This record gives sequence, structure tokens and C-alpha cells, in this order.
Amino acid sequence: MYPTDLKYTVEHEWVRVAGDEATVGITDFAQKQLGDVVFVELPEVGRTLTKDEVFGTIESVKAVSELFCPVAGEVVAVNDALGAHPESVNSQPHDTWMIRIKMANPSELDGLMDSTRYEALIK
Amino acid sequence: MTTTSPNAALKKTPLNARHRAHGARMVEFGGWDMPVEYTGIVAEHMAVRTGVGLFDVSHMGQIELAGADALAAVQWISCNDASRLATGQIQYSALTTAEGTFVDDILVYRMGEQHFMLVVNAGNIIKDHQWIAARVAEHGGDVSVVNASSRYALIAIQGPKAEQVLQTLTAIELADIKYYWFAHGEVAGVRVTVSRTGYTGEDGFEIFVPPAQAERVWNALLEAGEPLGIQPCGLGARDTLRLEASMRLCGSDMDEQTSVVEAGLSWIVGWKKDAFLGAERLRGQKAGALERRLVGFEMRDRAIARHGHAVMDGDSQVGVVTSGTQTPFLKKAIGLAMVPVALSAPGTSLTIDIRGRRVSAEVVPEPFYKRPKTT
Repeated sequence: MYPTDLKYTVEHEWVRVAGDEATVGITDFAQKQLGDVVFVELPEVGRTLTKDEVFGTIESVKAVSELFCPVAGEVVAVNDALGAHPESVNSQPHDTWMIRIKMANPSELDGLMDSTRYEALIK
Repeated sequence: MTTTSPNAALKKTPLNARHRAHGARMVEFGGWDMPVEYTGIVAEHMAVRTGVGLFDVSHMGQIELAGADALAAVQWISCNDASRLATGQIQYSALTTAEGTFVDDILVYRMGEQHFMLVVNAGNIIKDHQWIAARVAEHGGDVSVVNASSRYALIAIQGPKAEQVLQTLTAIELADIKYYWFAHGEVAGVRVTVSRTGYTGEDGFEIFVPPAQAERVWNALLEAGEPLGIQPCGLGARDTLRLEASMRLCGSDMDEQTSVVEAGLSWIVGWKKDAFLGAERLRGQKAGALERRLVGFEMRDRAIARHGHAVMDGDSQVGVVTSGTQTPFLKKAIGLAMVPVALSAPGTSLTIDIRGRRVSAEVVPEPFYKRPKTT
């Protein structure tokens, strides 16, 4: 059920890699834990993030969680559509991206999990 | 993240196995293992506003006072005027300290001329029982105090279609039960007490059921409500519904440091009755000695303020958010905050610190949501 072309973190973010760009969202497991998402706060384009730095917050009706940056780099795009439709995180978690990062150190990707290992983690 | 495995140390309602079989997400609440959501807080919230929802609230406690001096005892320990209740009638009230602050907020049921039942919050059952027993003993008189919580499961059916669903299972003429009144009778063949009360801001009923029969009544209600889309609901939706309706949550919005007047609940004080615990201080606050007050607010910036966030004036904290959420029906970020009286008028702008970010909110009149009148 977890797409094989994505990489995953222990904080339940997914990463889609294209060249030196990484697109980041949260997993189906994460959205189920959160419940109905009502608000996503994202960084400004141009901000430089370190690996594991908090890049934003995501709020469901009942709780708030932090979003952790899986790889270091500069934010080159944020998904502004989430402002009007935060619920798409629930309905299409693996197709709803949050930020795109121009990676500073793509070798950091080696520390992420593939779908098989991630599915084992959340069992 | 929350655990979904059963915790042996937590108390369980008679419907616990049903919730788990339904696939509800379970959480600890007030020492109880309770469902927080079934299909999602938004869907459950909307079902109650537009149709009908079913809640297990068996974790709530019941403390009964009976005897020739039961009325005098209730009058002494609680702030509302219980002498105004007829048998069969209910009022919202509070158990107050000598400072007029909350031991708990309660519903007072007049079961008979000399018999009252207090419905108390789950996490406070033991504390309330001990408090009441001690205060009643000090006050004297012929009255016995019994913690009857284990005698009742409590099922709430809430929403504009609640009466229609419940009526299919009972000979009680529900239309004759007025808001905040109750009746005895049978539901699904089980002897129960049905009260027209709830914690959602919607029409509905709470049904006091013998624990051994709780599952039978629960299943019958789900089956009877199926054609109308009945939705089992968890504590998550219960919390958003009550907040949208401006109902306070004791322990979150007020506690033993908060007076009844500060909580914006002057209307539950029986000003005309004789002495009761906390009367002097409450009268003083009513006469103008009030320094702070709980207010409703709406966010002006795009953000959600939550319990514990600071209300700021410049660099100093002047108040605190006691409840806050994004409400599914009104689709607004709202909340309650304890603020200085100078900042309590509707229209006043509030600055709230959310994780280091200053955001703007505005004091608004309560309630946030009031159900449309049907009759």
C-alpha cells in the first residue's frame, strides 16, 4: 500500500526524489494518527533547513504535530493549496506534498527507509 | 501518538468491548479507556449537528443524596437554587469551595421530594464523593450520600433526529419531556431513566441504563438509527461540539482556582437563596470585585489557539487560553480564554502566543453556536 518510489522517515514523512530535489509529505499512517487535518503551517520559500529541523506544523481537530525536514537544503516551493484544502492530507496523503527542497547533501537519502522497511516499522 | 492497546489499569465502561469491535480509536480520559473517534471527529460532529449521533458517557459519575434534609444539603454544597426544581427536573450547577471556585460542575436531578442525583465528571467521582460527604457531615442533618456511579451506564443520543430514533424504542412520550426534564420508563425493553439533556448544544437525550443492559440498549439504538444514518461518536467530537456550543469543560476551562462568576456562569448561581459554600465571594464579584473573566474568542489570523497558550499584552502574559479548536460546523478557529475584565468586552482584540508566534484573535459574544429553534 505504501508507494515503492517513495522514501520514508521514522517521523512518518515521505520523500519523492527527482534529481537534486526532494518533495516532502506525510504518510498515510501519520494522517490516520492525526485524524481530520484542519491546518498546515509551512515555511517561506528560500528558507534553508537542516536535516531533522522542524519545518512546519500540522494540526488536526484534536492535536498539533511538528513536521521534520528529512534532508538538508533550501525550500524552493511550498504547497499553498493546503491553505484552502488541508483535508487533502487525509484523503490523498501520498499525493499531497508540503515542501520541495533543493538538497544540500543528497547522500542523506541513504539514511531513509524504503517502503518495505517502513511498512515493517508501522506494523 | 496514542496507544490503542488495552491498558489494564484504566477503568472500562460496560460498552468498552463494543467500541473496540467497532474499530474506535481509544484514549485514556480521566482514568478511563474511552473512544476518541470512530470514523473521524469532523464526520461525527456533523452527524450530531445535522442528524443523530450516539455517545457512551458511562464514565460520568452519579452521586445521590437522600433524606429529610437532602434539599438543604444540596443547597449548601452547590451554587444553583435546587429549591426551584420540581421532581423530574434538572439544573446545571457547580459544587463550590468556600471561595466560590469549582470542585466540579454538575447536573442536579431532583429524583423525589427528598432525593437528588448529582451527575459529575469522570475524573472527579472519588474527589466529589469525599468532598460532598465531608461538607454534608459538617453541615449536619438527616441525609445520606452514596456514590451510585457503578449502578449506571449512560448513553447519550444527540442531534435533531435523536427524538425520532429514540421514540421507536420506547413508550415514553418523548415530546412531553421538556429540555432539562427527565422521565422513567423502558427503552428496548430495559428499565431506564431518560433525560432531555446533553453536552453538544443540540437537542437530545441521556439514558441512564443498568450496566448489564447497556450493550442491549446501545445495539438497539444503533439499529433503530441506521435508516437515519446514526453515527457512533467519541470524546473528540464531544469536545468540539461542546466548545462550539460554548459549554465549559471542568478541568480545562475552570478548576479550583476559578470562581463561578469568573467562568462566566453567573446564571447558575442562585443569588436569592440562603447561605451556600462560596456565596460571599461570589456576591462580591457580582457586585463589581471581578478581576478576570472567561470569554469566547474567534481567531483573526489563520491559526488555532489551544489550551495553555498565553494571552499577551506587550511582553507580559495577562491571560490564558483554556480551550481552542477548529470547529467542524462553524468552520472557524474558536476558543475560550481567561482574561482581565478590561479585555473581556466583545470586539476587544486579543494577542495570543502560539509556539512563539503572535497571532490576533477577537472577543466575541457567546455562544458561538445556538441550535435553530424547531418549535
